[in-house]
Amino acid sequence: MDIKQNYFEFLGLPEVYSLDQQTLAEHSRELQKTLHPDKFSHLSDRERRLSVQYTAYLNEATATLKSPLQRGQYLLYLKGIDTFSESSVQLDPIFLMQQMELREALESVRDEADPDAALEHLQGVVDAELAELRSDFKTQYEVGDKTSLEAAAMTVRKMQFIEKLGREIDALEDQLYD
Amino acid sequence: MALLQIAEPGQSPEPHQRKLAVGIDLGTTNSLVATVRSGNAATLADEGGSCLLPSVVRYTEQGVVVGQAALAQASVDPFNTIVSVKRLMGRGADDVKGLEGESVYKFERAESGMPYIQTVAGSKSPVEISAEILKTLKARAQASLVGELEGAVVTVPAYFDDAQRQATKDAAQLAGIKVLRLLNEPTAAAVAYGLDEGTEGVIAVYDLGGGTFDISILRLHKGVFEVLSTGGDSALGGDDLDLSLARWFVEQLGVDAVIAGESRYLTEKARWTKEQLTDHDSVDVTLQNSGREVVLTVTRELFDGLIDAQVAKTTRACRRALKDAGVSVDEVQDVVMVGGSTRVPLVRSRVAQFFARTPHIDIDPDRVVAVGAAIQADILVGNKPDSDMLLLDVLPLSLGLETMGGLAEKVIHRNTSIPVARAQEFTTYQDGQTAMVIHVVQGERELIDDCRSLAQFILRGIPPMTAGAAKIRVSFQVDADGLLGVSAKELSTGVESQIQVKPSYGLADNEIAEMLKSSYSHAEEDMVLRNLREQQVDADRLLQSLEQAILDDAEALLTQEEITRLREQMALLLVLRNGSDHAAIEKGVHELAKASDFFAARRMDLSVREALKGHSIDEIEGKS
Repeated sequence: MDIKQNYFEFLGLPEVYSLDQQTLAEHSRELQKTLHPDKFSHLSDRERRLSVQYTAYLNEATATLKSPLQRGQYLLYLKGIDTFSESSVQLDPIFLMQQMELREALESVRDEADPDAALEHLQGVVDAELAELRSDFKTQYEVGDKTSLEAAAMTVRKMQFIEKLGREIDALEDQLYD
Repeated sequence: MALLQIAEPGQSPEPHQRKLAVGIDLGTTNSLVATVRSGNAATLADEGGSCLLPSVVRYTEQGVVVGQAALAQASVDPFNTIVSVKRLMGRGADDVKGLEGESVYKFERAESGMPYIQTVAGSKSPVEISAEILKTLKARAQASLVGELEGAVVTVPAYFDDAQRQATKDAAQLAGIKVLRLLNEPTAAAVAYGLDEGTEGVIAVYDLGGGTFDISILRLHKGVFEVLSTGGDSALGGDDLDLSLARWFVEQLGVDAVIAGESRYLTEKARWTKEQLTDHDSVDVTLQNSGREVVLTVTRELFDGLIDAQVAKTTRACRRALKDAGVSVDEVQDVVMVGGSTRVPLVRSRVAQFFARTPHIDIDPDRVVAVGAAIQADILVGNKPDSDMLLLDVLPLSLGLETMGGLAEKVIHRNTSIPVARAQEFTTYQDGQTAMVIHVVQGERELIDDCRSLAQFILRGIPPMTAGAAKIRVSFQVDADGLLGVSAKELSTGVESQIQVKPSYGLADNEIAEMLKSSYSHAEEDMVLRNLREQQVDADRLLQSLEQAILDDAEALLTQEEITRLREQMALLLVLRNGSDHAAIEKGVHELAKASDFFAARRMDLSVREALKGHSIDEIEGKS
């Protein structure tokens, strides 16, 4: 496959962080209507194969741009900063301390008198943190010089931490209900 | 005076050009076949007027009996009469061990790891048994419609894993049916329902069948049915509700163990009782046991107590599916009930309570899936070129690979939109390691042993390096049917290994070919003719689509020289096509396809540009 356009170009969207989600969904649907394998099912194998490849690319593009974290990572990737495949990173100690406290709070949720309320509180903290990081990222990315982009990469790494915590909250919620 | 006939817009004007396509619901308890005729989708009945075909296959020394006649003998001849075979599809011999106590079959472990059932007609695999049901439905379709069947959309539970999907597709192939698409049952139901009601917005489809449970959350928008998330349990259904009641019967009878015929007798009595309790608060059931007759009174309250835990399990799955979809309960506009087991009052009240609205039960829950599948089959086969309908599905269970320590590393997460392609890089564990086992698994758990093993293959020829230096890229590709293909490549040398994932205990392609062959009376001749016909159809399809493509886009996308060259190659294939050498045609199709790939890619890029043309840059930037 040889699709040269990046995800934004492919979906006919501007290369910005604050993307209108409804426009993204609309454009994605329009493209699905032309590219999806079901539109080629009565045609030859070769056309079906090609359509599977294009649709897979479309799905990947849509999923990446939909997620605030991955969208940020992808924007940085286009600027030559790859945070997708890094294995270890240095984060500032104050942030790490906060993370440890949040994690401890999560681990003790089960022992709380009202575990549901405790989980909800944690979820609130995570949501607020994420909102702040996204706003930071937008500003840093828009300034766009080398220092700001490095700072944006740091913001993305923090988002990864917080999103992971969010997933752990979800998992614990599942366990509490089951 | 004869009236003039006017075709429905978007439909082929000449009836004889319409292609025959059907939707098949291959159910645990009952199976159905439906088709679209004069714009209406309807299920097809047998000579007796019945649309439901009991999914029961009986093997006798004289031959195979399918449906009602087989069901009637289920208690009398339990070993040779296979019910609920869907529960065995894609399962390994070890998986069905747990079932052995309750299902009565004599299982036998085949070399492939698949469980075969011993019958009077020999050992039969679940795939072969399912193929008998499909053959019966195919015959029914061909008897009530005129002409050759072009293909079918076959439905599967959304929660079916790769092995179960592959087994279903194999069964269809064995029955001589071309699968246009494997469609998820809840999506099919949404199609039947949504097109009737013209709904827009988020809907939930709750599907409790004979042996499987699915919950899907979909967004409907102008003919596009987008599955947002799916969840469920591929081993929970009406059969399990029956078993709970049958176990209670056994307790009341005070017997320790029941023999095969009796166990089936008791589950049949349980099913009857369950059905009676849909309209009655209490029912007396008479049981024959060891020469005595026992009458038991079963109240709905008692039954509800017995099945409470199972029903609660389904609403928990609903909660998780909503969360995965990122949708709150209030956003769900409609709840659609599918599957015979949704007639159970406790199921209805629990679902109504959970979603805080009355679920829709207006379309016959037994037929809705087959009808939806027929609507899609009609479109896929090309009968409705102007249709806007599009079904977008997701992967039901995460796909991953085994890494050190027996852990599963997820490569594609559940609820990812399909088709999807994704790659992940891995490295060697020991110095000088030259081979690597790629073990593909499916499931949500962290340990390999808790996931379903799909396939294993070995990548050899990795150049000896220090541990961690080699880079092996493993690529997964899932198509629109939810079926997986995997390839692995060592990046420094380019050593490549590719497999079409065949379940760890599935049928190999040659086994299917062998079974197909033996099913023809004049095997050799028929196979040759069949091969030739298939290749000719392929060639025609390619030639037609190229012809159309040249007509549409050659001017814009090709140079005069390119057109001339393509025309020459098309003429070559046409000569081969009219000959009788199937291998030569196959080769010709392959070559022309390769030679025209560049054109297909240019057309694809053009359609991407065209699709977004309506959206001006102003509009896009205005919104951002």
